[in-house]
Amino acid sequence: MLRVALQMLIGDRSKYITLVSGLAFVSLLFIQQGSVFCGLMLRTCRPVETIGAEIWVADPNLQSIDDSKPLLDTDLTRVRSVEGVKWAVPLFLRQVQVRLKNGKFQTVRLYGLDSASLVGRPGKMLEGDSSALNAPESVIIGKAESERLGSPKIGDTFEINDRIARVVGIADVPRDFLSNPYVYTTYDRALQYAPRQRKQLNFILVSAKNGVKPEQVIENIQKTTGLAAYTQDGMRWLTIGYYLKNTGIPINIGISLTLVFVVGMAIAGQTFYAFALQNERYFGALKAMGTSSFTLVKMILLQSLTVGLIGYSIGTGAGCLIGWVNQGNRLAFFTPYQLLLISFTVTLTICMLASLISIKRVLQLEPAVVFRN
Amino acid sequence: MKIQDSELTSYNFAVSLNSVSKTFGTGDTQVKALKDIELNVRCGELLLLVGPSGCGKTTLLSVMAGILDSDDGVVDVFGVRVDKLSQTKKTSFRRQYIGFIFQQFNLIPTLTAAENVAVPLLIIKTPYAKAVKKAREYLSMVGLSERTEFFPTQLSGGQQQRVAIARALVSEPRLIVCDEPTASLDGDTGKLVMEMFRRTALSKDRAIVVVTHDNRIFSYGDRIAEMLDGRIIAVHTDHQQMM
Repeated sequence: MLRVALQMLIGDRSKYITLVSGLAFVSLLFIQQGSVFCGLMLRTCRPVETIGAEIWVADPNLQSIDDSKPLLDTDLTRVRSVEGVKWAVPLFLRQVQVRLKNGKFQTVRLYGLDSASLVGRPGKMLEGDSSALNAPESVIIGKAESERLGSPKIGDTFEINDRIARVVGIADVPRDFLSNPYVYTTYDRALQYAPRQRKQLNFILVSAKNGVKPEQVIENIQKTTGLAAYTQDGMRWLTIGYYLKNTGIPINIGISLTLVFVVGMAIAGQTFYAFALQNERYFGALKAMGTSSFTLVKMILLQSLTVGLIGYSIGTGAGCLIGWVNQGNRLAFFTPYQLLLISFTVTLTICMLASLISIKRVLQLEPAVVFRN
Repeated sequence: MKIQDSELTSYNFAVSLNSVSKTFGTGDTQVKALKDIELNVRCGELLLLVGPSGCGKTTLLSVMAGILDSDDGVVDVFGVRVDKLSQTKKTSFRRQYIGFIFQQFNLIPTLTAAENVAVPLLIIKTPYAKAVKKAREYLSMVGLSERTEFFPTQLSGGQQQRVAIARALVSEPRLIVCDEPTASLDGDTGKLVMEMFRRTALSKDRAIVVVTHDNRIFSYGDRIAEMLDGRIIAVHTDHQQMM
């Protein structure tokens, strides 16, 4: 009888296509909106990932990597003296303005790295060498968004705070949430590039000694210095949490996803209802001929499960295709497997809820209806 | 859940109805559809149920077939007290004992003729290939061996009713109930269908009850039970009396 159920479903082309395309659309929108949300959240913590330090030390009032309170220079020495610390280096990180050759200004994310170790330098260089940073006036730029700096090549220059910056390398650095170009230089030079403030040190990057757990070092730093310290993961989640709490992104995406669910329910529910009405005679005939209610329920559930799975596969496939086509460009798009599972659950929930309408009608159907014309 | 032998009583008639009543609605809208019906259908018999619209023919047919509960009386079909069965057992009873033919055929439009005929076998969990094979044999019996893979919309009204007859017969039920089987057919096709029906469906251990308005097919009945206002007012053995 399950085969009959499938033939009843697939044979009614218009309703079948409406159901599948409706659910595919729901699934696509869910994946697309969810992936944009995940992509945006992932971008908020890109600056943390690109630095890649084991432990981050900051002011206790730190809210996110983009909203730091600078430390005293002496804090670096205090951290270095904490038990379990293998090394500690300064990190300058601030948004500054670059004056381009055409006279326009552009905000960039300026990283000032420890000149001796260059801890936090870009992992993958597309052109040039990161060791060239120690040459006078030298900076490395990230490839992403470099067109906003006029797509400079190695040897090209621009001005930061009336000082010349000469490009000595181009790195493969992913876009972050603010989508400003990345500029790397040494810590000392970054202090010259940025407008002077009373305190300049944004973060201290720390590595734990061999055999000492980072969590233990973090605890030691907090106890000894009173400063805040985080693992890389802790720093990522702190930043994500800040954007979740302080921007309208979760509400906007949440509204979109709720609308997707409601529209999906409306399409699937209405089509299933029309399907149930149209097939009432045949379900009545099957009931009269001795098909049990349990078998009829199984038939309807199979129909809804089938359209759900096909719709989900098409929608998810299309959603992932959008992500794949837009790889590397400005669209923030990240599809974790958890999102696929949530989308799967949502699509099937819509199908199951919609099929309840059919099930209710069929269960209430008197087989004697077949003799009414 | 099959009807067990222990649930059968000895029977003299295919269908035996004693003091069967059925009322629809309550209060001012109450309608007594069946009033103390007494009727026996013999094995090997084709009984026609006739009468004006609204006299209770279809209700009586539904009660016999176990798709509608009577309020009072005894409904005995091949020794099974249908009025005493639970809904689950009634479903099982219909599966085992009853074949249906409807005025509007009720063939599932997305299934081929063979698949439609195979439905009663699929309901009793016969493997698909075996069910369709048997369905083709029954379609040959009703002269549709060339149309087994046609969809209902590709068949004429007469052909669709022959498919419905094959579907009613394929699970070899003991009682076949038909509701206006020729109402949607022209006169000649109706007669052809009834001839085929008598030839293929009637046997010693089977009975057929046909509800009809169509006096052109009265000659195909062994007896004709005439109804009026929810009662059987006469049972004729000579169809000429009805013409």
